[in-house]
Amino acid sequence: MVTEQHDRSLEVVDIPINMGPQHPSTHGVFRMVLVLDGEVCKDVIPHIGYMHRGGEKLMEAMDFRQGIGYCDRTEYLAQFSAELGYVMAVERLMELEIPDRAEYIRVILTELNRLSSHFMFMGAFGIDAGVFATSFTYAFPQREYIQELFEEVTGDRLMYAYFRVGGLAWEVTDNFVQRVHEVLVHTRQGLRDLDELLTKNEIFMVRCQGIGAFTADQAIAYGLSGPMLRASGVPWDLRKDDPYSVYDRFTFEIPVGNHGDVYDRYLVRLEEMRQSVNIIEQALEQLPAEGPIVAEKLPRRLRTPPGEVYSKVEAPRGEWGVYLVSKGGDKPYRLKMRSPSFCNLSALREMCIGQFMADAVMILGSMDIVLCDVDR
Amino acid sequence: MIGILRSLTQVVRVIGRKPVTIQYPEVHREIPNRDRAFPILLWDAPIDEPYCTGCHACERACPVECMTVVMKDNPKHATGESKRRKIIDEFWIDYGRCMRCNICVEVCNFEAIGMNNTWAGHELSRYDRKELVMDLDMLMSQSKAGKVDPGLRA
Repeated sequence: MVTEQHDRSLEVVDIPINMGPQHPSTHGVFRMVLVLDGEVCKDVIPHIGYMHRGGEKLMEAMDFRQGIGYCDRTEYLAQFSAELGYVMAVERLMELEIPDRAEYIRVILTELNRLSSHFMFMGAFGIDAGVFATSFTYAFPQREYIQELFEEVTGDRLMYAYFRVGGLAWEVTDNFVQRVHEVLVHTRQGLRDLDELLTKNEIFMVRCQGIGAFTADQAIAYGLSGPMLRASGVPWDLRKDDPYSVYDRFTFEIPVGNHGDVYDRYLVRLEEMRQSVNIIEQALEQLPAEGPIVAEKLPRRLRTPPGEVYSKVEAPRGEWGVYLVSKGGDKPYRLKMRSPSFCNLSALREMCIGQFMADAVMILGSMDIVLCDVDR
Repeated sequence: MIGILRSLTQVVRVIGRKPVTIQYPEVHREIPNRDRAFPILLWDAPIDEPYCTGCHACERACPVECMTVVMKDNPKHATGESKRRKIIDEFWIDYGRCMRCNICVEVCNFEAIGMNNTWAGHELSRYDRKELVMDLDMLMSQSKAGKVDPGLRA
């Protein structure tokens, strides 16, 4: 007896898998749908907006001092950079001269903030890479020393609101310079620890090298900025290419990567931290011992002349820009924040396609996004 | 292989270091003088009345509108004990809304409000959000008892 021959080939379908919004390696409330063929990503559909609070619109109803608090809450790992961008926009509209001492203190605090932000990246990235808590426990005590210094100076651990239009809110503490030196000792030790632990570790290297690679042209086309762009080999740093504040008075180098992959982004950030330490040391030497910290003739109620301005700073994640339109008065008419996390995140799909599912976590981790910054 | 061994030596080296953590509920970390917890009202001890005159400056400047201020005539002014014509009658601050931006302290003309810089300003967990709305007595009790001296003033 002859049995009927069936076509036994299986039908193959791509499986969509949901990741997030509550997931430890999405670094916040970020949801992405991974369309998988076996273990390989065919498509990535990101969903953002879980953290959207309408910060830009809210700030239209705030006067220029009240708005500073909302900058902190947008970029909550690099608050000083966010404040600086906003404050600089208003200062440019009002054409204020900032005293030197205030500028130096701003630079020192902003660079310390870059260190603390990158320490956060180092810790979280190690977890993404499978080093588990070891890198986290190395990075966090050192970050804590910086945080304590910020607390002593500004009074708050996270939402500093210390940079004000025209200068600073208060004078720094008396032992500020000595305290920064103390903190830098710990920072250098933390850098050595992380370098020894991760950089040359073969397992870590195999895990990171060659995934999520972006060429320089691709990176520019996607509008990437910060370490993401520099890892692809474009030496673009606003501190050098469009100097703001007093950055033109320091000598430092811009680290660039060769391959633009996840490993290069890690290396660029590590080197950037060393350069930050370098900048802080120079700034501490040049810091005027005395002097005003607030611009002269600052009115009690801040009012800007009508006009528009775009000010940008090099935040730890890239170009943080504030576009401010004023029609006169004490409130902005329109305020737009150009956040680096959002622009960097736009490249996620392109980077993930063709990579393994486990590598998608690494690629997202290497972007070092802040979800409040993405959604605003 | 060499890299892995280097990582392992690093791990062994770190084991010898002193721990940086503290056992929080039992041990309280020292907090800096400038610490900004929640705003409290300050007590003018020599005249035995609050500094606050209820001028609404902080209420108007608050970005999140967490304050409610009611002013009244000062009975002590009539008797000549105090120079303040007006004095605070009712004051509510919703600690659940406050974002601790320090603007109320900066705009205050009488140095009547300050940011709490003690642990009492941090350990404020409640079972109900309504309990986070502080009234005049709660806002002044700490300063009245002389337990707090805010580091940052206007």
